[in-house]
Amino acid sequence: MIGLTYTAAALATLPLLFILFHLLVKGASSISLDFFTHMPRPVGETGGGMANAIVGTLILIGIASVIGLPIGIGAGLHLAEKKTTRLAQTTRFLADVLNGLPSIVMGIFAWEVLVRPIGHFSALAGGVALGAMMIPLVTRTTEEMLLVVPTSLREAALALGYPKWRTSISVVLRTALAGIVTGALVAVARIAGETAPLLFTALGNQFWSTSIREPIAALPIQIFTYATNAYEELHRLAWAGALVLISIVLVISLAARFVTRSRFGAPVD
Amino acid sequence: MTAAPAQALSKDRRRLRVDETAIGDRIYEIVTRACALVVPALVVAIAVAVFAAAWPAFAKLGLSIVTTSDWDVAGGHFGAAPAIFGTMVSSIVALIIATPLAIGVAIFLSEFSPSWLRQPVGFLVDLLAAIPSVVYGLWGIFVLIPLLREHVMPFLRDTLHLGATPFFSGPAYGPSMLAAGVILAIMALPYISSVSREVLMAVPRSQREAALALGATRWEMIRDAVIPYARSGIIGGIMLGLGRALGETMAVTMVIGNRPEISASLLAPGYTMASLIANEFSEATNDLHLSALMAVGAILFIITLIVNAVARWLVWSVSRRRAQ
Repeated sequence: MIGLTYTAAALATLPLLFILFHLLVKGASSISLDFFTHMPRPVGETGGGMANAIVGTLILIGIASVIGLPIGIGAGLHLAEKKTTRLAQTTRFLADVLNGLPSIVMGIFAWEVLVRPIGHFSALAGGVALGAMMIPLVTRTTEEMLLVVPTSLREAALALGYPKWRTSISVVLRTALAGIVTGALVAVARIAGETAPLLFTALGNQFWSTSIREPIAALPIQIFTYATNAYEELHRLAWAGALVLISIVLVISLAARFVTRSRFGAPVD
Repeated sequence: MTAAPAQALSKDRRRLRVDETAIGDRIYEIVTRACALVVPALVVAIAVAVFAAAWPAFAKLGLSIVTTSDWDVAGGHFGAAPAIFGTMVSSIVALIIATPLAIGVAIFLSEFSPSWLRQPVGFLVDLLAAIPSVVYGLWGIFVLIPLLREHVMPFLRDTLHLGATPFFSGPAYGPSMLAAGVILAIMALPYISSVSREVLMAVPRSQREAALALGATRWEMIRDAVIPYARSGIIGGIMLGLGRALGETMAVTMVIGNRPEISASLLAPGYTMASLIANEFSEATNDLHLSALMAVGAILFIITLIVNAVARWLVWSVSRRRAQ
């Protein structure tokens, strides 16, 4: 039976290695400087890149972070300080439930609130959908990281005459900063590759656009469109796009681990 | 002569500082409380928005959305039963594949792993959760589906003679319920295994030592002392994986074949609620069609909400027992 658990561990790591292997084999050959600097060509022509989709994804991540990080960190502070109030318990539970909500439902929500009344798709709606997905994630990791900070530290600051709010922000939050940055990076990595909510909000765009009021291109949408298209040439671009997307996600994930490690000597997970 | 004003000044200043402190604390309190309120507000807002969008379809079609299987846009019939069936079946297939593997990994990592392997294996399995679903879909279309079509499906149907049962009969197209189940299994695996690992590690030492003291082998200790203690938490982890599988959209849309029919065969193409919405949303022709899609979304919302709430409650019940 013990051998079986070894087999399970080996089998469970296989898919990841397979996926990374295929991404490298099929994607790497299509990656060149053009891929990052050029626009998609019309169907049938070879070459072209995904410059607009890469920039679009970065813009969407930016909007989502501006919404998700401050609210999530604020909520995390509240949960860590008011552990047992009814609001804290409700928020904690609902944040966990929200974390498991299908992203497509978040897309429907953002569409109903920000696209339908306004009458057109927009980067802003996409960013809001992704930001809303970040809030519960950041809330819970921030809370967990703050709980690790020793109470004695808070008490020492209060005893020195620091007001409560300054204690929270410049002593407690500061001490847990590495962990919170890790949580933020994990949340960014998670939403960077989200596709389903964007179908309802950012929509995708074949042209160059950086306006947050217009539909915007995004790597995941582009990969989806190309992968399900019949043209071979587009499949090649889809693999290249996927390699770029996974690189962004992996770099952020590794950075998250590195930030924690450098501060505490070992990852906290 | 100078002492009195100075004293008054410092008194003023002190009062000022106290006021500042009080104001600062008050603002801090209000801001963080408002942030914490955003989460429940968001849940309510999502529920209201989704049901508002779904209302016209529910009002017009009633329960026939759930009970009938005829999805005919031109005729105004919207029966989502095949999609609901497909969501259930693909998720169950995923759990059947992923659960033993995930629990095996969790037991390996919490009990048997040499310490130098624990970190890398745990990291690699957790990393599965970081891969975007559209990348899973791409890999599914170009690697997994050909593999299933050329090797796995003929093997299951002909070599193992499972084709005689209704579950593996019919032609092997490739895009199928089975392909969706396999992709979902890979995606759900990290969630089940990380929760199970945490829960297993939460089992108190005394529980293990008592079993060993009674003469149990390490495996007997795990089977008779550790797993029963952690059972509800592991079930919670499985339900979290189920929640993921139920709502997964892109990867499934790309590999399931998108055919709205109920078929017992796992080799046949199918449809899920999420892939139905994703596929038809952009080409929805009229308000009723759009609203019917939102109604499917509302049903999905309710199902995943219940599954996740129960899952969280189960996981909490284990960690709370540990805290006491």
